[in-house]
Amino acid sequence: MVHSKFSVGKAIIYAMLVLLSLTIVIAFWHLMNLSLSPSHIATKGGLLLYPKEATLDNYARVIGNRYIWLGYKNTLIRTVIGTVFQLFFTAMGAYVLSKRFFPHRTFWTLFIVFTMFFSGGLIPTYLVVRDLGLLNTYASMILPGFISAYNLVIMRNFFQSLPEEIEESCLIDGAGRFRIFLQIILPLSKPILATVALWLVVGHWNSWFDVLIYISDDTKFTLQIVLRRIIITGSKEILDTSAAASAAEMESVVSSEGLKAACIFVTTLPILCAYPFVQKFFVKGIMIGSLKG
Amino acid sequence: MNGQGVYSPRRKSNLHGFAGYRKHYELVLMFLPVVVYFVIFKYIPMAGIVIAFKDYKIKYGMFGSEWVGLANFTKAFATPTFARSVTNTLTISGLKLLFGFPAPIILALMLNEVSHVRFKKTVQTITYLPHFLSWVVLAGMFQQLLSPNNGAVNAVLRDVFGVQKSIYFLGDNHYFRGTLVVTDIWKNVGWSSILYLATISGIDQALYEAATVDGATRWQCTRYITIPSLVSTIVIMLILNVGSIMDAGFDQVFNLYNSAVYKTGDIIDTYVYRYGMGDMKYSLATAVGLFKNVIAFILVVGTNLITRRISGEGIW
Repeated sequence: MVHSKFSVGKAIIYAMLVLLSLTIVIAFWHLMNLSLSPSHIATKGGLLLYPKEATLDNYARVIGNRYIWLGYKNTLIRTVIGTVFQLFFTAMGAYVLSKRFFPHRTFWTLFIVFTMFFSGGLIPTYLVVRDLGLLNTYASMILPGFISAYNLVIMRNFFQSLPEEIEESCLIDGAGRFRIFLQIILPLSKPILATVALWLVVGHWNSWFDVLIYISDDTKFTLQIVLRRIIITGSKEILDTSAAASAAEMESVVSSEGLKAACIFVTTLPILCAYPFVQKFFVKGIMIGSLKG
Repeated sequence: MNGQGVYSPRRKSNLHGFAGYRKHYELVLMFLPVVVYFVIFKYIPMAGIVIAFKDYKIKYGMFGSEWVGLANFTKAFATPTFARSVTNTLTISGLKLLFGFPAPIILALMLNEVSHVRFKKTVQTITYLPHFLSWVVLAGMFQQLLSPNNGAVNAVLRDVFGVQKSIYFLGDNHYFRGTLVVTDIWKNVGWSSILYLATISGIDQALYEAATVDGATRWQCTRYITIPSLVSTIVIMLILNVGSIMDAGFDQVFNLYNSAVYKTGDIIDTYVYRYGMGDMKYSLATAVGLFKNVIAFILVVGTNLITRRISGEGIW
C-alpha cells in the first residue's frame, strides 16, 4: 500500500466515513439516552446527546414485565432447539448429497435448489402449517423453515472438498456411513458448522413473521413479536397487564417513548453484546457463501 | 433401427441407479428427513397453488374446493389496489437499485483509500451492525427518530439546518419511498460492501506499484485499476439485484408503513398479506402471490443464466 501524504480528497473520504458511522452511533446513543429519560424530557424530544435526569424507571418497567421474560424464554427455546436440529439435519443431508455415487444426485440437488427460486407462497404454506395442526406450537417456528436450501448447498460444497480417502479406511474397518458422518465428518467440519450455526441463531433471534401468522397464544410470543406489539402496533396494553400501578401513575413515571426505547435495548442487548466478538465469523461466512457452487 | 441396442444401456444405468438406493440404504435413510421436509413444507404448498384457481372453502380444503378458472386473477387484476401494489413494488425496487446498489461500491472504494487500519476496522464494525438487527427493531428505532413531534431527525433539521416545518417521514406520501430507500441503505450498505472489499483485496498489488512508479495518482489508480477490477463483480451483483426486483423488501415495508402511505408504500407482498391473512381471501391472495412468484421466477432464472454466461460459472 502506498502511504500518500495529506490530500483534500482523502480528507473528504475520512469525513464521509466518519459521518456515516456517526449516523449509526448517534442513533443508538440517542435511543439509549431516551430510554434513560423521565417522561417530561422524552416527550419534549430533540436529539439527546447525554442523559438528562437519568432514571432507570423505564427499564424497571420493562424488566418487571411478564411478556418480556416470556419473550426471552420463547426466543431462547426456538433459537436453541431450532439451531441444533436444523444444523444436524442440514449437515446430514448435505453429506449425502456430497457423495458423487449417490443415485440420481443431480436430480436430488435440483429438487432442493428449485425451492430457492419458486415457492408456494404465503397462503398455501400457511394453510399447510394450519392443516398439520401446528398453529400455536413451537414447531411452527422451526419446521416451516427447517432446512435452508442455501445452507445445505454451502455445506455440501464444503463436504465435497474433504478428501474421500479419510472415509475409506473407516469403511474398510466396517464403520457405517452414519458413524463416519458423526465421528469423522462433523469434527472435521467445525468451521462451516460454526458459520451456519451463527446464521441460524441470528435468523431465529430476529425472526418475527412466522410468530405473527402462526402464533396467537400470547404466552408463546417471542421477543420480536412482543417488541412489535409494543412499539409498532403502539399498544401499551401488553405492558400494562402486569403493571400494578394505575394507568395514570404509570404515565407520570414513564414516558411511552422512553419505554419503547428501553424495550428496544432489552431485546437487542444479546446481539449488541455478542456482535463485536462474532462479527469476524460472519465476514468469513459471507466469503464461503460467495464461493462458486 | 435396432431398438434394443439403443435402449439397453439406458435401462441398465437406470437399474443401476435404483439398485444404488438399496446399496446405499444408510445414506438414503440419512437423506430421508430432508426429502420429507421439502415435500411437506415446500412441494405440498407448491401444489397448494391450485387454490389460486379455486374458490377455497375451509371445509373442502385445498384440494377439494371448487374450480373457478381464472376468476381470482380477473377479480384481483380489476382492483385498483392491485395495480397500485405492482407500481409501488417496481418503483421502490427501482429506487433501491438506483441509489442503494452503488452505495456499497462507493463505500468499499472509500474504505480502500483508508490507510489507518484501526480507523478502517472501526468504520467496518459500526456499519456492519445494523445488518444484524431485524426490521422490527429498526422500525421501532426509526419510528422514534423520525417522529414529526419529538423525533431527533426533525430536531436536527430544525436546529442545524433551519428546516421549520416538521417532516412526517413515515406518514407522508411525498417522503415515504425516500425514507424506505435511505433506511435500507443505512441498514445494508456496510454489509454489502464486504464482497467488493474482498474483490479489491484480491487485486494484484504489483499493478498499483507499477502504476505509482509511472507517476499515477491515487485517483488514477482507483479509476484505472480498482474500478475495472470490480466490474465483473458489479455486473453479477447488478444482474442478481435486477432478478429480485419483485421483492421490494416485505420486512421493511410491513414494519414501517401505515394506512396513510398505502398509496406509495403498499407493495405486492403487503397486499397479499392484508388480503390473505387479514381478510382471509385465501384464493385471491394466492392468485396475486402466484402472479408475483412466476414473474420473479422468470427474472431470477433468466438473470442466473446471464451471469453464468458472463462469469463462465453460475451462482449455482
